[in-house]
Amino acid sequence: MYVYDEFDRTFIAERAAQFRDQVARRLSGEVTEDEFKPLRLMNGVYLQLHAYMLRIAIPYGTLSSNQLRKIAEIGRVYDRGYGHFTTRQNIQFNWIKLSDMPDVLVSLAEAGLHAIQTSGNCIRNITTDQWAGVAPDEIEDPRFWAEVLRQWSSLHPEFTFLPRKFKIAITAAPHDRAAIKVHDVGLRLVRNDAGEVGFQVLVGGGLGRSPFIGKLLRDFLPKEHLISYLEAILRTYNAHGRRDNIYKARIKILVHEIGVEKLKADVEKEWERIRDGYLKLDDAFLADIRSRFIYPAYETLEDEPEGLKRALAADARFATWHRNSVAPHKAPGYGIVTVSLKPIGKPPGDATSGQLDALADLADTYSAGEIRVGHEQNLVLPHVRQQDLYALWQKLDAAGLATPNVNLISDSITCPGLDYCSLANARSIPIATAIAERFADHDKARSVGRLHLNISGCINACGHHHVGHIGILGVEKNDREFYQITLGGKADEDARFGDLLGPAIPYEEVVDTIERIVNRYLDLRQSETELFVDTVKRLGVEPFKEALHAVH
Amino acid sequence: MAHPHQQKLKISGSVVITANRLADGVVIHRTSEGQWSENLAGAQILLTADEALAALKAAQADGLIAVGPYVARVEATPTAKPGNLREKIRTEGPTFPLPSDAPVAYLPNEVGKVAA
Amino acid sequence: MPYIKKGEIADDPYVRLGGDEPVPTDVPVIVPLEWLLAQTPQSLEGRNVPLGVALPNDKPESLLEPYLPRLSLIALDFPIYRDGRAFTQARRLREAYGFTGEIRAEGDVLRDQFLFMVRSGFDAFEVKKDKDAKAFAEALQEFSGFYQPAGAGDAHFRFRFAPPFSPAMKEGESDA
Ligand code: HEM
Ligand code: SF4
Repeated sequence: MYVYDEFDRTFIAERAAQFRDQVARRLSGEVTEDEFKPLRLMNGVYLQLHAYMLRIAIPYGTLSSNQLRKIAEIGRVYDRGYGHFTTRQNIQFNWIKLSDMPDVLVSLAEAGLHAIQTSGNCIRNITTDQWAGVAPDEIEDPRFWAEVLRQWSSLHPEFTFLPRKFKIAITAAPHDRAAIKVHDVGLRLVRNDAGEVGFQVLVGGGLGRSPFIGKLLRDFLPKEHLISYLEAILRTYNAHGRRDNIYKARIKILVHEIGVEKLKADVEKEWERIRDGYLKLDDAFLADIRSRFIYPAYETLEDEPEGLKRALAADARFATWHRNSVAPHKAPGYGIVTVSLKPIGKPPGDATSGQLDALADLADTYSAGEIRVGHEQNLVLPHVRQQDLYALWQKLDAAGLATPNVNLISDSITCPGLDYCSLANARSIPIATAIAERFADHDKARSVGRLHLNISGCINACGHHHVGHIGILGVEKNDREFYQITLGGKADEDARFGDLLGPAIPYEEVVDTIERIVNRYLDLRQSETELFVDTVKRLGVEPFKEALHAVH
Repeated sequence: MAHPHQQKLKISGSVVITANRLADGVVIHRTSEGQWSENLAGAQILLTADEALAALKAAQADGLIAVGPYVARVEATPTAKPGNLREKIRTEGPTFPLPSDAPVAYLPNEVGKVAA
Repeated sequence: MPYIKKGEIADDPYVRLGGDEPVPTDVPVIVPLEWLLAQTPQSLEGRNVPLGVALPNDKPESLLEPYLPRLSLIALDFPIYRDGRAFTQARRLREAYGFTGEIRAEGDVLRDQFLFMVRSGFDAFEVKKDKDAKAFAEALQEFSGFYQPAGAGDAHFRFRFAPPFSPAMKEGESDA
């Protein structure tokens, strides 16, 4: 956990007070909607179909149990008792009144939470691996660097009115759980030959209307130059990013138009000027931030304790969940527990205030009071003693939070779609729930194996459809909902975009079609260990095309 | 569901002027008295592009009440009913039961069904 | 349009020139970029009243480099307030070129940008709304401190970390 000091707390409180004043000026007519919109967006406030939406930041995906309780309280007091976790380590509330927003922000600030830069054309909430700090394979805890970047980017004087939003993600593990290749800037912590830690810098990735995989800008950036280098990138983008067309304003388009070599030349020229100036990070600064991250004192424990073995042998449902939802922890005797927010038949990524409170209590009892949020819209209890897993599972199960479907087809990434979103072409959530129901038999889903199904209700791609093993994109034809299907996308270190299967199909046919695609895969796979996405890679989409047509 | 901001004022059939209320975001519709109603049935039904444009202009001047007014197709039967799924969802809410801590009041099987 | 200088509403001493008018030599003027670029820097040496130039936000600051010693003012434009290119121009003028004259914000200049502008190196403002101009001082006090140092415009603010980045908190700034 990162512990906020007086400065951080004052900053958040002042931000809330500033927004109260801005809302008052809007409600009194002193500022127009056009003038207000960028201000409310920078505080995470959207206007959706039915109401205002508030997007709250969960910096680097880490929450304390008290912060989670605060979120539950906001849901209960100001919303309709539930919230929606997004793919970028935020939570969204769908029904908050604009006139209540200032009180909500003040209330959040009491728990060290805020909505700063969760939207708008600025540097967004920095995201990272939900297993940061506990994953066995990482170089160091990337949240520490995410916090450095949070401080650098918060109310940055120069980069608050950028051509378009700017998203940064960091990973420190060879296996990328933060989708860094589809971010405006992706950072990977690496070690050079001399053993020093630095960053590999990718630029110009993104989804949306024109998806791009990030390109390598720099192989190794010494860590003390992180801020100056990013400042050079952002400065170049702010000056040269397109402003004539919002669909061409992201840095990915600049990279595409001028080429990564030219961008690199511009960036590095500026960087040469500033790299050894006042933005160079010094050890004392870094040590200070590092000292604010508090880790649990792990006990000396053995992996696979007797109690766990007995429970696994005795309780098949527990064993199923354990195989699906528990991952190895860097400390022996501990496990990382993923809490699926994809119960069959419920909107993916949604959690009620009651569930959040229950989780906060469980985190206190079993996970050093800490909860994580990942980009697959699930939660994580990062520090669970293996000997406690059985007790934890029983309680999660009672709260409806133990669906053993992590990484299975029913664990879809799903955007709000036409049920909430004013930009949508088609619904996403009912498609997701219907598919999950079709595969509700977890044995069947498990026999299919790892399969990432991602659904977006329009080309903005909030549901990451491009990088789903199966991607579903809502389009609209003559006022009816149609869906395009892509196969073979991936979001990890081998990120690639899926290939289009064929013409869009109507709402009513989606579930059957997906089932046929999955059955086709079961026929085509070489062995039970060949994943869906690997079969698509081996054979292309061609053999799956027949699934688009029902056999009458 | 053509995005409302891309609408040109070419209308076929009945339309209303609709928006969200500034203070709380609630869906509102313009009445024939130039007021705003939460009830679509109370909305003024417009039949020509000229009428619709005039009403839209008037609505845009109401920036302290209504945010983002636009022209929405409706079915006049004889009062206004939503003319497409987007407007139906705006009127009736999401097409599935909202998550709730209350005891489950529906069968999961019904959730995925098309509500339109 | 109210004009703010040194944090207060003031009279603007400059005459703003548009297209092809002759440039007077006896009053402070703000000339269009094209006019300036048509002069040699030497030809401006004789002028002894202040000279300013308006730099559009799609033109690089480097164009002004040979003229900077003769310029007392650079006006930067916000055609719409969401267009933030001038923040970068101001910051580069201060930090890369060491320009110490007036950097003026003009165009769609609203209250909620004042803080960002001051911190990026602006020190004069043509403000769109009277009410915003009156709230200038108040707007600068909305935050008691900032995280990131930003060079030129930052003399008046306190930082979480003083540049170069270090935890050297000033006295009295509790870190309890
Ligand atoms: C419900 C209100 C939402 C609105 C109005 C909205 C709007 C947008 C828009 C306009 C874009 C495209 C930006 C561009 O390409 O320049 C976008 C992209 C994106 N949104 Fe959303 N979004 C919403 C909800 C969400 C949710 C719930 C998630 C997470 C599940 C999300 C995550 C993302 C992500 C990851 C992108 C990625 C595309 C990229 O940045 O390249 N958004 N959103
Ligand atoms: S993908 Fe489209 S429909 Fe889905 S949340 Fe994003 S903008 Fe809305």
